[in-house]
Amino acid sequence: MTPEAKHLEVILDTHVESVNLAEEMCLRVAEAVGFSEDECYRIGMSVREGVINAFHYGNQEKPDKKIHLALDLTQEKMIIHVMDEGKGFRLADVPDPLAEENLLSTSGRGIFLMRAFMDEFNVVPGRTGGAEIIMSKKIPTPGPASGNGNHPKSSSDAAPKREV
Amino acid sequence: MTLREVGTVTIVDLSGRIALGEGSALLRKTIRDMLEGGQTKILLNLGDVNYIDSSGIGELVSAFTAVRNRGGELKLLNLTKKVHDLLQITKLFTVFDVYNEEPTAVRSYL
Repeated sequence: MTPEAKHLEVILDTHVESVNLAEEMCLRVAEAVGFSEDECYRIGMSVREGVINAFHYGNQEKPDKKIHLALDLTQEKMIIHVMDEGKGFRLADVPDPLAEENLLSTSGRGIFLMRAFMDEFNVVPGRTGGAEIIMSKKIPTPGPASGNGNHPKSSSDAAPKREV
Repeated sequence: MTLREVGTVTIVDLSGRIALGEGSALLRKTIRDMLEGGQTKILLNLGDVNYIDSSGIGELVSAFTAVRNRGGELKLLNLTKKVHDLLQITKLFTVFDVYNEEPTAVRSYL
């Protein structure tokens, strides 16, 4: 980590309120770093989905388990880690929510949204024993050619991203 | 959330967020109550809904399926840009009947 890098880590209860808390915390950091309103929305949504995943699937809503949220700010990007205390999972085992047979599923879109909204996304075995979601977004540079545009992504842009 | 009748169609005016712990449960109960009351032509006005997460999307899909299973139709009206984009990338835009004008949406049930 460079001398300029910053690290923030919180441990959240496995409770539905933790979802909003995590989203709000990361939104404040993203705004302070200079992300546009649209990018803040995407970051906030991704954090929200990551924590929902940890809350519901990872920790199976068990209150004795914790959700670990960490933020790393480097000069280049904002990296978000969400760890649960569940059994872990493999990305390859997650059903594709865009598949015809899954379109009317009432769940299973969180991972897809994180992949669509962040620049990099991966799931690895976490040090807490469960899954660790790692996702990042490039920090905008000042000026019109920042490449951090405000335009929404089309469905074709929602392809799986490079792994972290 | 307010309900109003236009002809045989029940319009549900929603506002705020449809997300885990914020509106999802209320939407589920409202749809269930409407179906139990025999209302099966349902138009969800999302014009004032500025945020939907994956749980909210799940509730919309659940409502769509529940209404369809009762022989009815659930359609969407006035999507905000964020909600429109979300339905587009999740391919649900192809599932839901979406309208920008209330009279046109109401006529579509005839």
